[in-house]
Amino acid sequence: MGAASVDFQVATGRMPMADMSQQAMRKAPLYNEREVEALAAYVASLAPGPEIPGEELLNYERDGSVAEGGELFRTNCAMCHNYAGQGGALTRGKYAPTVMGVTPRHIYEAMITGPQSMPVFSDKTITPEEKLSIIKWIKAAEAEPQLGGAALGRVGPVTEGLLAWTLGLGLLVGVAVWLAMKAR
Amino acid sequence: MSNEIEPLKDPGLPAHTPRRADIDPLAAKKAERQVAILFLLSAAGTVLLIASYLFIPQDVFIFFPVLGSTNAHQLFLGLGMAASLFFIGMGAIHWAKTLMPDEEVVIQRHEFRSPDEDRAEFVKSAKEGAAAAGLGRRSLIKRTLGLSLGLVGLSPLILLGDLGPLPDEKQKMTSWKKGTRLVTDPGDRPIRPEDLEVGAVAQTLPAVAPGTHRKLSDIAKDAVLLIRLRPEEFNLDAERLSWTHEGIIAFSKICSHMGCAVALYEQQTKHLLCPCHQSTFDVTRAAKVIFGPAARPLPQLAITVDSEGYLVAQNPFNEPVGPSFWGRSA
Repeated sequence: MGAASVDFQVATGRMPMADMSQQAMRKAPLYNEREVEALAAYVASLAPGPEIPGEELLNYERDGSVAEGGELFRTNCAMCHNYAGQGGALTRGKYAPTVMGVTPRHIYEAMITGPQSMPVFSDKTITPEEKLSIIKWIKAAEAEPQLGGAALGRVGPVTEGLLAWTLGLGLLVGVAVWLAMKAR
Repeated sequence: MSNEIEPLKDPGLPAHTPRRADIDPLAAKKAERQVAILFLLSAAGTVLLIASYLFIPQDVFIFFPVLGSTNAHQLFLGLGMAASLFFIGMGAIHWAKTLMPDEEVVIQRHEFRSPDEDRAEFVKSAKEGAAAAGLGRRSLIKRTLGLSLGLVGLSPLILLGDLGPLPDEKQKMTSWKKGTRLVTDPGDRPIRPEDLEVGAVAQTLPAVAPGTHRKLSDIAKDAVLLIRLRPEEFNLDAERLSWTHEGIIAFSKICSHMGCAVALYEQQTKHLLCPCHQSTFDVTRAAKVIFGPAARPLPQLAITVDSEGYLVAQNPFNEPVGPSFWGRSA
């Protein structure tokens, strides 16, 4: 099990679970930082596993490369978490949550522990430096300004199509009706 | 004849009803003002477009309801252009509908047949033209013209050759050979079984000689997903079990339905999900299809380790990867 797993689950509010539904949702944590730390240390003493990554390891501002992180994200993460990190659907009501607004520590812990449906991404297949690049890319994606105007959730053609079909076509139908109306 | 159908009488046009603006000068004045207001709105839109191009910096973001944080430069450029074009059209239509004459007018269609003297004149000039060109006399020109026109007609047929050739065996082959190492994608590092914890996945490609560049068309067939389970979790026959190594199983990532990359692995249920059409494969049962439109399991790559302890392919794939195609033996 290990400390990293406990820290991820409890500090992101997934555990304790709100109910026995398909998905453990991210919510406000029930325990404070000190309590989570103590809980993690206790569980790690019973069932050793990956440790909580230290602040020195998580210095993504200094280490890592956004370009490499993007390449790794597209191959390893994007199929579940969406190419812009917005999350996506899995089977039977489960879903991969968005990775926006997640702390670097929790992103790192998720990769090494494989919480819930997520598989583990070993340090040998994605090295710690590469993991930092992924975090760096996620943080760069978060800071990305919406230069094109509305991002519509950045989930791709679904919202764009919905908007075009409802608002755009609605407007066109309205104009067509007005065009054909006889003036009194 | 008794059953001849009585033709319908032409009902003619309904009586013309004048519009309010036709009879009431006040209403006409009002309509005129409305059209003017629409044109002024268009002018204001163009002014907005020019002003936002000149004066709104490109890095200013403002909050806009529904859209959220939005780039002000782009937003007002768009709104300005939309208003300038839309209100010109709206003004013109409103003008036409309220003020321009709207009396129904009937114009009878003229007869289709040309007058006889025109027809005779055409036949005469065509005959004169043909005689002047001298096609009948100059047979060299006639024949070479025929040759060139015939060859021009042939060229599109020759270009149809680009529809082929058939990919034949290439479509059934991947770059995996006996002993090809599985390397990380991206990174190109060989993988040892002990590098993967239980529950871990790795995206892999066949190793290539250092400095070689992979072709996208090869990656599209070669991508393989490694998954490590506990060996006792497998529900495989003896042959398929011998294709795994210490709980590590390898599948082609190319969906057998439409060729999307299947890599949504759910660690708890051991299901692989294709994001395009939700085909779901059970990893413990050799990627058996348990939901969705895929017709076949994902091809499994037989793996083992080489003398240096790195994961390698035991054999090439034993079936073509990816979606069905003509000539693929089922």
